[in-house]
Amino acid sequence: MTETEIRAKEKKEVTGQAEQTKPGPVFTPNVDIFETEAGLTILADLPGVTAENLDIDLHDDVLSIIGNIMEDNEPGENLLLKEYETGRYIRKFTLSDVIDQEKIKADLDDGVLRLTLPKIEKAKPRKITVN
Amino acid sequence: MILKRLQHLPRWADPFDDGGQWRQLMGDIGRKFYDEPHAGVFPLLNVAATQDHYIVRAELPGIKKEELDITVSGNNLTLSGERKIMAENNGARYHRREREAGKFSRAVSLQGPLDAEHVTASLKHGILKVVIPKAEEAKPRKISIL
Repeated sequence: MTETEIRAKEKKEVTGQAEQTKPGPVFTPNVDIFETEAGLTILADLPGVTAENLDIDLHDDVLSIIGNIMEDNEPGENLLLKEYETGRYIRKFTLSDVIDQEKIKADLDDGVLRLTLPKIEKAKPRKITVN
Repeated sequence: MILKRLQHLPRWADPFDDGGQWRQLMGDIGRKFYDEPHAGVFPLLNVAATQDHYIVRAELPGIKKEELDITVSGNNLTLSGERKIMAENNGARYHRREREAGKFSRAVSLQGPLDAEHVTASLKHGILKVVIPKAEEAKPRKISIL
């Protein structure tokens, strides 16, 4: 087969986090992180998370993504097959000091979060013209 | 109940729900001895039933409704499509690449005749929810004694 097929992956459950006080499972969202000259971009899969239920927090150079989900169960629902669990999403990133923390931007679309973290001006490479 | 086309049988819901602790414990033990608890085909599904209909849910973050095909034929529900992840330009250097793109096709068999005419589906915040009414003759009915 030449075309790639998506593999089914079980969600990665976070275990052993002492600070968890709320009941229910917590998962690590899958992310893509890439860097360009302008900055870093983080893409995170957060299915079921809406903008109101998403907390993005920056504290002491640690950027935290916390996504809560709303269960939408209908009355009288009887589960027949359960292949995935649902729960909160938590992931933390330590930012280097080249990131301009004032200018971080976040967009959430179809359950995918896109965080844009621009670099501070002096960290961007620039061409010096010789006079 | 549900028939699988693969030998890996999915895990059935635990009726003794204590917030997942028992499930997690048994899951941890189970994983050491048995195969993965799902069919191994993307997307993973949660299937529920009420008296009148089936509800099938899947997590499909970043998939647009145009990229998803849902078909119901006979007792089978098929979900297929392609998850596309846009290529980033400007010579992006990747530090992490955990999100996957590609084609997928998944089928489940549901018990009993289905009302294929009245299937509804919604795709919100990356969660697909398909509601499939059971056919009239498959619904439970109360028999009154004369």
